[in-house]
Amino acid sequence: MGMFILRRVGVLILTSLCLTFVVFFLTNLYPNLEKLAKTQGNFRMTDEEVATYLNNNGYLQPVFAKYGQWLGVLPGYVIEGTDGTVRAKCAGPDEPLEEAPTFCGVLQGNWGYSTVFRDDAGGIIAEKLALTGKLMFWVMLLMVPSALVLGVLAGMREGSRTDRTLSTVAITTTATPEYVSGVIFIAVFASTTVGLKWFKGTATSAMDGANFENFFLPVLTIALYGMGYIARMTRASMAEVMTAQYVRTARLKGVKFRNIVLRHALRNALIAPFTVIMLQFPWLLNGVVIVETLFNYKGFGWVLVQAAGNNDIELLLGVSVVSVFVVLVTQLISDIGYVYLNPRISVS
Amino acid sequence: MGGEALGWGEIIGRMFMQFMPVWIALVITFALSIAYKRRLGLYGKLFDSVIGMIGFAMVMFWIFTGVFNGFFDLIATHDVLGQSSSMKNKPPGTPYTKLIGGVDPDAYGYYLLGGDNLGRDVFSRMVAGGWEVIKIAPFATIFAFMVGITLGLPAGYYGGKFDTTLSFVANLILAFPVILLFYLLVTPEIVQTGIPVYLAGVLFIFPIIFLVILWNSRYFTQPATRNLYIGITLVLGLWLYLGIAWDADPFGLISFPPNLLVVFVSVVFVNSPTVFRIVRGLTLDIKTRDYVAAAQTRGEGPWYIMLWEILPNARGPLLVDFCLRIGYTTILLGTLGFFGLGLSPESPDWGSTINEGRKLLTIYLHPALAPALALLSLVLGLNLLADGLREESLRD
Repeated sequence: MGMFILRRVGVLILTSLCLTFVVFFLTNLYPNLEKLAKTQGNFRMTDEEVATYLNNNGYLQPVFAKYGQWLGVLPGYVIEGTDGTVRAKCAGPDEPLEEAPTFCGVLQGNWGYSTVFRDDAGGIIAEKLALTGKLMFWVMLLMVPSALVLGVLAGMREGSRTDRTLSTVAITTTATPEYVSGVIFIAVFASTTVGLKWFKGTATSAMDGANFENFFLPVLTIALYGMGYIARMTRASMAEVMTAQYVRTARLKGVKFRNIVLRHALRNALIAPFTVIMLQFPWLLNGVVIVETLFNYKGFGWVLVQAAGNNDIELLLGVSVVSVFVVLVTQLISDIGYVYLNPRISVS
Repeated sequence: MGGEALGWGEIIGRMFMQFMPVWIALVITFALSIAYKRRLGLYGKLFDSVIGMIGFAMVMFWIFTGVFNGFFDLIATHDVLGQSSSMKNKPPGTPYTKLIGGVDPDAYGYYLLGGDNLGRDVFSRMVAGGWEVIKIAPFATIFAFMVGITLGLPAGYYGGKFDTTLSFVANLILAFPVILLFYLLVTPEIVQTGIPVYLAGVLFIFPIIFLVILWNSRYFTQPATRNLYIGITLVLGLWLYLGIAWDADPFGLISFPPNLLVVFVSVVFVNSPTVFRIVRGLTLDIKTRDYVAAAQTRGEGPWYIMLWEILPNARGPLLVDFCLRIGYTTILLGTLGFFGLGLSPESPDWGSTINEGRKLLTIYLHPALAPALALLSLVLGLNLLADGLREESLRD
């Protein structure tokens, strides 16, 4: 087991390195840098001015050198600009150069500087992650129990009318992407002109004080898309367990149907959905980006859109590290959990 | 200002009439299919399942709508880009008027589903948006399948280093949040660098490789037939390949707009790793079967076994996944439109229209609601179709 986890952590680190390098490479292509220079300076800069700006700020070094500096394995640049000012990666705008450390990368805990928000990238990510964490917590609280109940009810009598109805509901929710269900929910529940006017169409106020009125719609929108998939997996797994020998034996013994479902079938039926729930995290991340944009909730997904749209290199790298980390760690947990829950499988 | 606004009953009635060619085509399709369903194989069996039939009807509805509107100009009532400033954000059923100049007497008299924020007809844009999706989604899915199958079969069959490397790369792509990948790939700046063209160059070669190996492994004992098939594939394939991927068609007939190419490529790129994983898993399972061992004993080549023994036996799950994946591709295209990436902002595709409409969503519902429901119905139809296919193919 120890070896298994160690190997998976190794793969995790290798994957993160590869992915951040891909992001780094794509954001550091010259047309992207040109766009960055123009948004930082002004839009009427000539080509020479763009080149000077980029050179003075260390953007024109070879890509591997820049990546090493960002990672913190190479010393940060110290460049004397054409205007005579000496700029160093590790020194803030007002700090003297002599006191700046040699290395300042992710390994030293320095996530760089966001050019859009003009702030420390690490701080922004931490703050926004907390907001998205709040959203995700409520999503999970709504999604997981309702999906499991839906799946168990549908799967305990396969082919019955309840099963058909619930399966159709599950298919419908998986066929409704967040930007469609969000629009429909706003139309029905939040429009100022027609409809029920129960909830608010934006969740901006939920960032400080979330309540049922301003937070329920975004939570429901994300939860619904993932719910159908988990419910279908639970149904399949439940239906399989219900045909197993020991369930038949229990039934022949005369155990009540209620007890068969709750005592005999449920525990074994929930192994498969557990892995599925864990593997849903990467999908939820997409949902978060869409819903935060639609409902104007300024969390992690919203930052991703802002950073990517404005080619904010270091913020975007931080965002990708976090999201890749979430994806890989949930995969790891799902594998380990599967082994623990299912005694028939062993790693070695 | 002419005429009264229409009530909801009349709006629905008039929309029903506008879709008349689609209804006729649907009735004919269903009548023929049900009459001959015993002779039509798996397709005919679809008509034994109610869910499958409903799904099939929903999918065919949008295909017929797209074809009739795209080729014969039958369904839409107004020009998708035609603006009228007196129709801005008007509710459904408003009579068609113009602020400047008279209304063309031949023009359709109403905006059936109202006007959007630029005074364009929501109904016509919704109808035209269907064609945008049907033009891209199935082909992008086919390409993703070609890539996934060509790489997944040998990865599952041979295993070893080849498999480890490809699986690592597939997991790498899958670990990216899709939206981040889109934001990195589908921007005008990236199009400038030419990266999408290189990606297209790599991804679009796979269908040709796939077909060449397919013919070669089947007909290598009959060189004449083999050379004919491979020749046709190479000539047609390379011609299309040069035209689509490199925009270098020697006859100048085929070209592909660059912003559509980048959308196409990124959708194929996102879908291929999942198909690869599915095909690899199926191959790992099927290669232990007796008929594969029999073929190996007969002395068949590895590619013959992979393409003509393993692949046909994996067709059930692959077909189901194909339907689901077209739906997922439709969702991805909508996502691109929703974030305003790739396609031009004028484009009537559903994602872009939802994105346009959501800015004033709480006041004017109809510009965003119509394309949202349209997208929902197409994806739901594809999912129901997949469910019907799964049920029927399991029954064998």
